[in-house]
Amino acid sequence: MTSTFKLSASALETLFAALSTGGWRILGPTETDGRVEVREVKNPSQVASQYLQSTLSAKEVAFPKVERLLSYKMTPGQVELQDHDPELQPTVLFGARPCEAAGFGVLDKVFNWDSRDKLFSARLRQLTVIGLSCTQADDACFCTSVGGGPGSTRGSDLLLTPLPKGGYLAEVLTAKGEALQALVPAVFEPAEGVDKEALLAKVEPVFDRAELTAKLPGLFASELWAEQSLRCLGCGACAFVCPTCACFDIQEEADTKQGQRLRLWDSCGLRQFTLHASGHNPRNVQAERWRQRVYHKFSYFPQRFGEAMCVGCGKCTRACPVDMNLKEHLTQASGA
Amino acid sequence: MADDVFEPKITAFVCNWCTYAGADLTGTSRLKYQSNVRIIRLPCTGRVDFMLIQKAFARGSDGVIVSGCHPNDCHYTSGNYHARRRWMVFNDLMEFMGLDMRRITFSWVSAAEGAKWATLVNEVTDHLRELGPYTEYQRLLNAGVA
Amino acid sequence: MDVLRNKARDLLAQGQVQVVIGYEAGTSGARRPSFARSEADAARLMWDADCVGNLAGYLTRPEIKKMGKAAIVANAATLRALLQLTAEHQLAEGAVLALVVTEEGAVLELSNAQAVTEQVATLPSSLSAADREKLERLMALSREERRAFWEQELQRCVKCYACRSSCPMCYCGSCTMDCNRPQWVPVASHELGNLEYHTVRAMHLAGRCVQCGECGRACPVGIPIHLLTCYAEESVRRQFGQPAGTSATLNYALGNFRPDDQESFIR
Repeated sequence: MTSTFKLSASALETLFAALSTGGWRILGPTETDGRVEVREVKNPSQVASQYLQSTLSAKEVAFPKVERLLSYKMTPGQVELQDHDPELQPTVLFGARPCEAAGFGVLDKVFNWDSRDKLFSARLRQLTVIGLSCTQADDACFCTSVGGGPGSTRGSDLLLTPLPKGGYLAEVLTAKGEALQALVPAVFEPAEGVDKEALLAKVEPVFDRAELTAKLPGLFASELWAEQSLRCLGCGACAFVCPTCACFDIQEEADTKQGQRLRLWDSCGLRQFTLHASGHNPRNVQAERWRQRVYHKFSYFPQRFGEAMCVGCGKCTRACPVDMNLKEHLTQASGA
Repeated sequence: MADDVFEPKITAFVCNWCTYAGADLTGTSRLKYQSNVRIIRLPCTGRVDFMLIQKAFARGSDGVIVSGCHPNDCHYTSGNYHARRRWMVFNDLMEFMGLDMRRITFSWVSAAEGAKWATLVNEVTDHLRELGPYTEYQRLLNAGVA
Repeated sequence: MDVLRNKARDLLAQGQVQVVIGYEAGTSGARRPSFARSEADAARLMWDADCVGNLAGYLTRPEIKKMGKAAIVANAATLRALLQLTAEHQLAEGAVLALVVTEEGAVLELSNAQAVTEQVATLPSSLSAADREKLERLMALSREERRAFWEQELQRCVKCYACRSSCPMCYCGSCTMDCNRPQWVPVASHELGNLEYHTVRAMHLAGRCVQCGECGRACPVGIPIHLLTCYAEESVRRQFGQPAGTSATLNYALGNFRPDDQESFIR
């Protein structure tokens, strides 16, 4: 259903204004003190102009770092239980990089592969993604090695590609995208003869994902993982910035009268992730935890869903205090 | 208590040997003091981890009193000296983080100072009543949960 | 740099050490930790002004200890951490060989605590001028402004524990944060959980922090979290005159006391 248009530089203002009037919440990357964060914005001028990636991924929009699942109150002889049913506002996520936009599809597979996750689905349902193609990339990027690309349309409802002389090439991709277009039809001008590929950043593929997936079962006992993870500190930075990491912890916060059940981000890199109540830890050393991270994303997940649990955004590499470069490590594993 | 007067909730962490006995003396001496304080008896002020103070605030206290034996009088010789050092750093760090240190009162009350305990609790209660509820901290309790 | 590589190669070749912990080139010109165990590995080692990370934390890790005797390419922060770890009985005296590259490009071998102590004594203060200025700027604010500042910063914490994991002094096998019987500090990275976590971290590092700023550099969301531990350490220095990371026999300031410790707030 793709149809391609041109937007002028000022078209975004018209779009943002129409969204605000229509009661939408707009989230976009903002920059303060060199930190790029996804926040609520009112107009395009608040959006960071030059940014490679936000530090945290936009997954928070559908999968918040701390989320209430239920709460309860106890009175003598009675428990009053309440499912969390947040009031959700229709939301536009503006300026998601194609890799990040693709991340929502991966999360959807995790949260909805069997029973449907009510809260995640509700948050995703009210979300419209305006992707923004990449015109620059860095050494951490490897989207093209995992099936994506700097102009990939996957996950976006509307994808914008910046034009060299200002304005955007706009691809309307889904019904949600069409709804945006219908808000401000006049700013969507006909586009002809624009070579989108020429506008995009060049990200060379460095390994073959399918080959890697085929290879990993045979590498399970390899020394490679211990070697790669020597400098790994065992923190959760990589998982928490990752747009596809979906592991969570359930915590109960309660006193004698009331309580709430929370869902929190968790990470397989943390020692406590697999720690048993007995004190036994099946993944007792960092090498095993690092291997789990790689295998979950590039072996177990592809076996079940036919794609990697990774969109190649490189956020983990940029966030890592000790430069655990995923692209480099995967390339190394591919060649092992 | 009239409905329109704010009654602060105060948690007091006291040592078993001095302040708890002192508070007991306040009672046996028939000295009256305001009933806003909930006393938690611990073996020694050396046992008062700063995390206990945090827990008290997280559970809705508007103020905290920490009290034990005077220097040189510790039942365990030096527990209060160790505690004092810890509070000196804690106090300073809390100031730096911008917490309201008017809501934490450290004191030495001996087993013979029943009257000092009554005065302390009264003064702290009056002061906290003026300050009002610790909304700064209570705001945190559900902040950041989606 | 060649002097360092040659030194590392010789040490490994002669079997004096089994691993040289140092820096190598990382992504986009960054420096990252490197573990040279062979003469070939030694060629990867780097030394320049970008080698700012504190590597001492690796010395207490079981994976690294298993390798045998270690040499460590030490900047000022790493040297201080070595002393503090020795003072806290985490490193045996003489267990680690510190390699210091001088401004002239020579490599000093510091094989015992005394040599490290003497080297540290020649260094400028552990708190960087930039951090000192930040602390002063914060202290000049009103209490409400400081509270607002920290609330704003700490609400962004995701509790990835990069600060804890990167800190050489956070070597505890089991941390207070992981204690769940009872659950002392909320696991959640909501505002209360974050405030309590960072208070605990700062308190547990008061009198032990070598002010290397590693936690602040490690934070993926850019919270200047090192200012809390640096301040707590400054507080100990000011009140008790005991700077961490200056001696291998330092008594922990908060495990200690003087009957005449002076405060002004106890009633």
